[in-house]
Order: sequence, then C-alpha cells, then structure tokens
Amino acid sequence: MEQYHNHNTKHTASFIIAGLFLLLAALLFGLAAASEYAFPGLWRNTFSFEKLRPLHVSSAVFWIILAAMGSVLSFLQQHREEKLKYGFLVKWQFFMFLFSFTAILISYCFGIFGGREYWEFHPVFSVFIAAGWGIFMIVFLSNVKTLKQQPVYVWMWFTGVLFFLFTYIESNLWLIPALRNDLIKDMTVQWKSYGSMVGSWNMLIYGSSVFLMDKIAGNKKYSFSTIAFALYFLGLFNLMFNWGHHIYTLPTQPYVKHIGYAVSMTELFIFGRIIYLWRSSLSTARKNFHIIPFKFLAAADAWIFLTLGLAIAMSVPALNVYMHGTHTVVAHTMGATIGINSMLLLAFAYDIIPQTNAFKKQINRGYLLLNSSLAVFWLTLIIAGFIKSYRQFTEPQFAYGDMMKSLHPWFYVFFISGCFLAAAFFMVILPLFKGLKRG
Amino acid sequence: MISFRYKLFLLVTLSAAFLSYSALLYFADSKETQPANALAQKGKMLWQQKNCTACHQLYGLGGHLGPDLTNVYATRTEEHITTYLKYGSPVMPDYNLSAEEQTALLEFLKYVNTTGVAHPASFLKHTNGTISQP
Repeated sequence: MEQYHNHNTKHTASFIIAGLFLLLAALLFGLAAASEYAFPGLWRNTFSFEKLRPLHVSSAVFWIILAAMGSVLSFLQQHREEKLKYGFLVKWQFFMFLFSFTAILISYCFGIFGGREYWEFHPVFSVFIAAGWGIFMIVFLSNVKTLKQQPVYVWMWFTGVLFFLFTYIESNLWLIPALRNDLIKDMTVQWKSYGSMVGSWNMLIYGSSVFLMDKIAGNKKYSFSTIAFALYFLGLFNLMFNWGHHIYTLPTQPYVKHIGYAVSMTELFIFGRIIYLWRSSLSTARKNFHIIPFKFLAAADAWIFLTLGLAIAMSVPALNVYMHGTHTVVAHTMGATIGINSMLLLAFAYDIIPQTNAFKKQINRGYLLLNSSLAVFWLTLIIAGFIKSYRQFTEPQFAYGDMMKSLHPWFYVFFISGCFLAAAFFMVILPLFKGLKRG
Repeated sequence: MISFRYKLFLLVTLSAAFLSYSALLYFADSKETQPANALAQKGKMLWQQKNCTACHQLYGLGGHLGPDLTNVYATRTEEHITTYLKYGSPVMPDYNLSAEEQTALLEFLKYVNTTGVAHPASFLKHTNGTISQP
C-alpha cells in the first residue's frame, strides 16, 4: 500500500479556504438572484440583477478555480513526496488571485462591467488573472520536469494548466476591434474559449480526483492503466473540439456544428462505461463510504451520470433546439458546477484539511440534504425549461412576461430548494473551517 | 500499457489540430451580410458595459430574466424598444441612458437582427439530427 504524506499544507490549504469563502458568497448572491425570479422586481431599485448574477457566477467560478489550484498544488506535493519548489511563488500566486477576485467582486457592486457573460469584469483585471495563472504554470512546470513515467493525473494537470491559460487569453480576443465588431465570429470564439476553458479546469479537478481515488485505494494501478490514458485522451479530444454544441443556433461556419456534434457523441463511450461499471462502483462505494472524501467522490459519480446524460441529449442539434436558451441549460450548468465540481472539490478539501469525528453526524446530514435539495433544484429547472420550450414552439408570439408568470410555481420551488441547498453547503463547510482552526 | 512515445505523439498531434482549427476560425471569412457601423459598435460596447447579457440573450446565449433580443428589432417598433431603454420595466431598472446611448443600443439591436434568426421554432430540423437557419 502506498503511503502519502500531507507535506506543509499551509500554503495550499489557503487556496481551499479562500475558495470556501467564495463558495459562501456564491450561495448568498445566488439566493438573492433566485429571489428575483420568484419575486420579480424585488431588487430592481437597490441591487438589480445585472449586479447579482455576475456576483453569483463569478464567486462560483472563482471558488472552482481557487480550490482546483489548491488541490493540484497540495496533491502534487504529495505525489512528489517532498515540499514544493518555489514556495514563495505560490504565495505570490495566491495573493494575485485573491486581490483580483476581491477587486472584481467589489467592482460589480459599483456596477463596473465591460467584459462578457461569465467574465463580466473590466478587462484590466484579466491581466492579473493571466499573470497569476502564469505563476501557477511556472510552479507546476518546475515541479513536474517531465511527463515520462508519470501517472495519468499528472498529464491531466499538465494539460489543464496549459489549456486554461490559452483559452483564457482567447476569451479576451474580443479586445481586438476586428474580431469584436463581427458579432458572429466574436460569439463563436467566445464560446469556443469558454467550452475549452471549462474542459481545462475539469482536467485539473478530474486529475485530482484520480489522485485521491488512488490514495484511497492504496495503489496507482489505475493511473498507469491503458483505460485511464484512453479516457484522458478522449477527454482532451472533447476539450478541444466539442464546444460547438453551445452554439448550434448561431449562424457561424457549418463545420463548427458538425465537428461539435460528432465529437460530443464520443462522450457516449464514457456514458456507456459508467453504466457498465455501475455494479462494481456500487460495491466500492459500500466498502469506502465511511471515508468522508469518498462520500463526495461517490456523489460526484452519480451527478456525472445525470449531467453527462443531459449533456449528450443537448449535443444532438435537433434536440438542442428545444433546450437551448431555456432553464434546462441552467440545470446542466448547476449539475456540473455543484453536482460534479463542488462535490469533488469538497472531497479534496476534506482530504487536505485535517478532520476529527466530532462533526461526522453534521457532515452526514449536510451531505444528504445537499444531494436531495440539489436533485429537486435540478429537476425544477428542467421542468421550467420544458415549459418554456413548449410555449416557444406552440405560441411563437407569446409575451415573455406571461411566460415567466406561468413559470412562477416552479421558481418558488427552485428558490426554496436553493435555500435548503445553501443550508446544506453551510453544514458541510463549517467543519472544514473548524478543522483548519484546530489544525 | 501505452508507451510514452505514443502518448506524446497523440498529445502533440491533437494540440497541432486544435491550434490549426483555432487559426481557421480566427481568420475565417465573415458570415455577416451587413458589417456593424460605428454606432452599432458603440452600442455593442454599451451592451457589455451595462451587462445587458445578465438578463437578455442573443442567439439563446445569456440570462433568462428578460427576453432574447436577437430579432427584437424585427418584431417590435423602434419606439417600443426605446421606451424600455428610457424607463426600464417593473423588473428592469432605469439605467439613465443618455439619448446618444439609447440610439447606439438601438443601432446595435438593428445590426444584430441582420445577422440571423434566433427563434427556436424557426429552425429546420434534418433527419441526421442537424439543424439549419431558415
């Protein structure tokens, strides 16, 4: 059995803790934004939706980025079995991100925007984010000198680190007037970069989850296996070429859609594999369910199944047209960011931050509430999406306000389940803060 | 077990294909019939600065609180759109836009309307699962 040691997690844990604060902010702003759907105009004159939405979305994205970086640095240290080289750069990296993320959230409160959806902040902040990522890349590359004889998770981290920087720079190409002023090309490049960027941070997160699975299993058999590398290359192929499914309705080059459609269908292999391995993963889950990080890994597995199923359906253009622009897409995003990313990141956090048995009951209750309220939240959004789609197809001249009114019962359920979701997150996050205090 | 050479070959080949595909898209010919004029370009910047996309969509991409505005110029009168820009609505705040800013946003929406059709019901669906603009 392999032994792993948490070498000096002080620096890397600070990424996770800052990320958890951002997660709390994302929940708070998310609830405020959701209340605007249930009670339209509630914040109109005080803190309107164009501020609330980016505050919620950016806080959630920043939680994912910070916690993903923290887990990679912490697990890389364990993988190398020695302290990270250039520890002072890690500090610089942390403060660069902390400064830019805080400044961005403050700028939103004052109504200062300038970017586009998901990265709505003024482009000046992009310089700090790119520079911070550059430092991360230097730290990573100087600690991983070669890919030779490396397990699959190091390959995943390597591609995640590299491709995030590329796609982040690409998402800022709109600053070039020639591109910006051609709306269709601009939107094509925008969604190309976003699709691949999500794939990049998923490489970091999924890489860390492979590391953690190895750690729980006590051997590295899987991370050197042929199937692990085959799945890695399939993931990379999708990261690079499947983003076209975001823009089927955009009148861009037809090959973008055809490539996106064909490549997305290769995900059926992953989907089929999950079903095939269902029985054995269930027995593994039974064996390890007492381990808190494993609980979150198992939950993420179930959410991968649901989210991937929905994603594959959305990747067929003739089905996508019924779901695109509706709340079904929001359900998919919530499934991916909460069900998969956040569950995995919480698993890493529970591994990195030392825990005692004192909060076991609270964590178990929070875990159950988290997954059940997320399931209601997710289903409600899908139903709302179907109703919107039905009205779009049966009443082409419908008044948007009337359609939103007809969705109100579902928005109430969405809001209430969101409140339970936030409470559940609080229940599972609190022991981490207390663990840090003790540790 | 896949050899290191083969893995490296795959990584390099995929990366080269990805970079070529990216370049092809950056330098592809424009699909637009009518380029954006200076006023529409200003309107686009305002669209970003006011974060209109938090509530509204273009081609189904954006927020869900307000309607998709891709073809609003074709379905509503200029006066109708300007009234919203001037006063907002019970949900949309009044952004105190100047007359010049209102004109720029209106020109941007006029330009967006020329780029294509976004209403989902108008798309043609083919038996191989693909769709196309009407």
